[in-house]
Amino acid sequence: MNNRKSFFLAAPFYLVFLCFFLIPLILTVIVSFWDYNEYSIIPDFIFENYAYIFNNCFDYSKDVCVTFKTYLSTFYFCFLSWLFTLLAGFTIAYFLAFHVKSLGLQITLFLICTIPFWTSNVIRMVSWIPLLGRNGLFNSFLLSTGIIDEPQEWFLYSHFSVVLAFIHLYTLFMIVPIFNSMLRIDKSIIEAAYDAGANGFQILINIIIPLCKPGIVIGSIFVITVVMGDFITIGIMGGQQLASIGKIIQVEMSYLQLPAAAANAVILLIITIFIIWIMTKFIDIRKEL
Amino acid sequence: MINKKGKSFYFCWVFFITFVIFLYGPTFTIVLLSFQGPEGGLTFPMNGFSFHWFEKLWEGGGYVDIGSAFRRSILLGIILMILTVILSVSAGMAFRKKFFGSNFLFFLTISSLIVPSIILSLGVALEFRLIDETIKFIGNKYNIDWIINDFQTTLNMFSSGLGAQLTWTLPFGLLIMFAIFNRFDKSFEEASRDLGATPWQTFKFIVLPIIAPSVVGIALFGFTLSYDELARSSQVMGATNTLPLELKGLTTTVTTPVIYALGTLTTGISFLVIFIAIGSFFIIKRKKVK
Repeated sequence: MNNRKSFFLAAPFYLVFLCFFLIPLILTVIVSFWDYNEYSIIPDFIFENYAYIFNNCFDYSKDVCVTFKTYLSTFYFCFLSWLFTLLAGFTIAYFLAFHVKSLGLQITLFLICTIPFWTSNVIRMVSWIPLLGRNGLFNSFLLSTGIIDEPQEWFLYSHFSVVLAFIHLYTLFMIVPIFNSMLRIDKSIIEAAYDAGANGFQILINIIIPLCKPGIVIGSIFVITVVMGDFITIGIMGGQQLASIGKIIQVEMSYLQLPAAAANAVILLIITIFIIWIMTKFIDIRKEL
Repeated sequence: MINKKGKSFYFCWVFFITFVIFLYGPTFTIVLLSFQGPEGGLTFPMNGFSFHWFEKLWEGGGYVDIGSAFRRSILLGIILMILTVILSVSAGMAFRKKFFGSNFLFFLTISSLIVPSIILSLGVALEFRLIDETIKFIGNKYNIDWIINDFQTTLNMFSSGLGAQLTWTLPFGLLIMFAIFNRFDKSFEEASRDLGATPWQTFKFIVLPIIAPSVVGIALFGFTLSYDELARSSQVMGATNTLPLELKGLTTTVTTPVIYALGTLTTGISFLVIFIAIGSFFIIKRKKVK
């Protein structure tokens, strides 16, 4: 098979990503400099959409502006979701890779972790309502054991429920790449360390974690980017009360303020790329795939 | 060492089991609650056991037209499944050699996986909006009747919606193909070529049977990821809604167990598809061993 044949084989795939990925992103950047009114968008080259986003942001005598506040809240969700998915994902991957000896059992347990990924995210969020709600299972359990005196409101439609949902939905994004890295670790290195007198904890810190770094970074990129742009989970689990950048974009779109939404999208994109760029400083991502 | 069943071993087992309960517990809860009696509410206790809410769902219950949203989602899922399989397999074959722009395409594919979905959805919506404006402009300029009178929008489930979802399913398809070809023994193909087979014959009789189980995996990703896709579709479906979009709307308006019944139904369909796929994966694999 020669070069040209390969190109034609990949052409339809190429076309999809040109038409539905690259061109839309370029258009988003272009339109972010356009003008608009109530019913139409007008080709132009203005910076007002950006100026509007950072309105009052650099006036230090006033409170933190809405944009910065929203980004801070998004970073907060990112950090907590990243931390907990990493801890849980690493533990699960470690268990699957090093404690489960039979291949059949390994595949079965791995599939058990994966199956929910192929079901509806919305339903998985909704299914927390009967557990976390005011009259939910957790509240009635805690009431009956006397740990709390009255039903707690903060279980649902709160920061807590949002982070919980992120962990619930996206721990798999950590498990898969970390598990993949762990499977590549040469078992004889671990044997050697053990023979040289290292204990389990030392092996974990000095061998397994460093060798899993690529998996950890890839998983982290997935979780952080998905949380950065989220508007659905924060919307549903936050009871439509919490702000996020994704939500600002969505609301602006529903008012047909497309250039404003595009400007927000460009800034979100730049920040996301920046975060990814910092993370890939730790590894060479192309070697890992 | 790790072979020894020490504290770590038991801790990990307990952690894993807790995680599985955390993963499946909530879904199990709503399945249970969807069989709530007619007087029952959104939470426990169960007020009897009935199919009341499923009947309500079947009647439509005064909510949006769930039935047609269901059909649309399944149809779109099947189309996505077929396209994902064909495009990923052919691109996967192509990627075994370097070709013009292969690095760039790989970069695009991976970027598509991690770019925030709302940005992509916005971009595709913008693209089709601009196409619409162009068509209307041409229609007005050359006085084309049907454009002036009837043309609304090119934004549609099967144009923009389909494309936006492909940017989500195709990267998974391609990565699975990479995983296959990383451990693919090329000597079978060479043997077939030496015996005088055409490239198509080699693909059909040698390569395809070997990669068949994984192609089932790609199909599974293609269908389920489309069937449940929400973020990328959210701005580009035009006048029609798919099931996940309807569901998202229902979370704020519906306050009866009908929503649990609907959840049980969609999750049931997902599980059915997953088990058919996993089942056929192992059946094809076993046949190959024989």
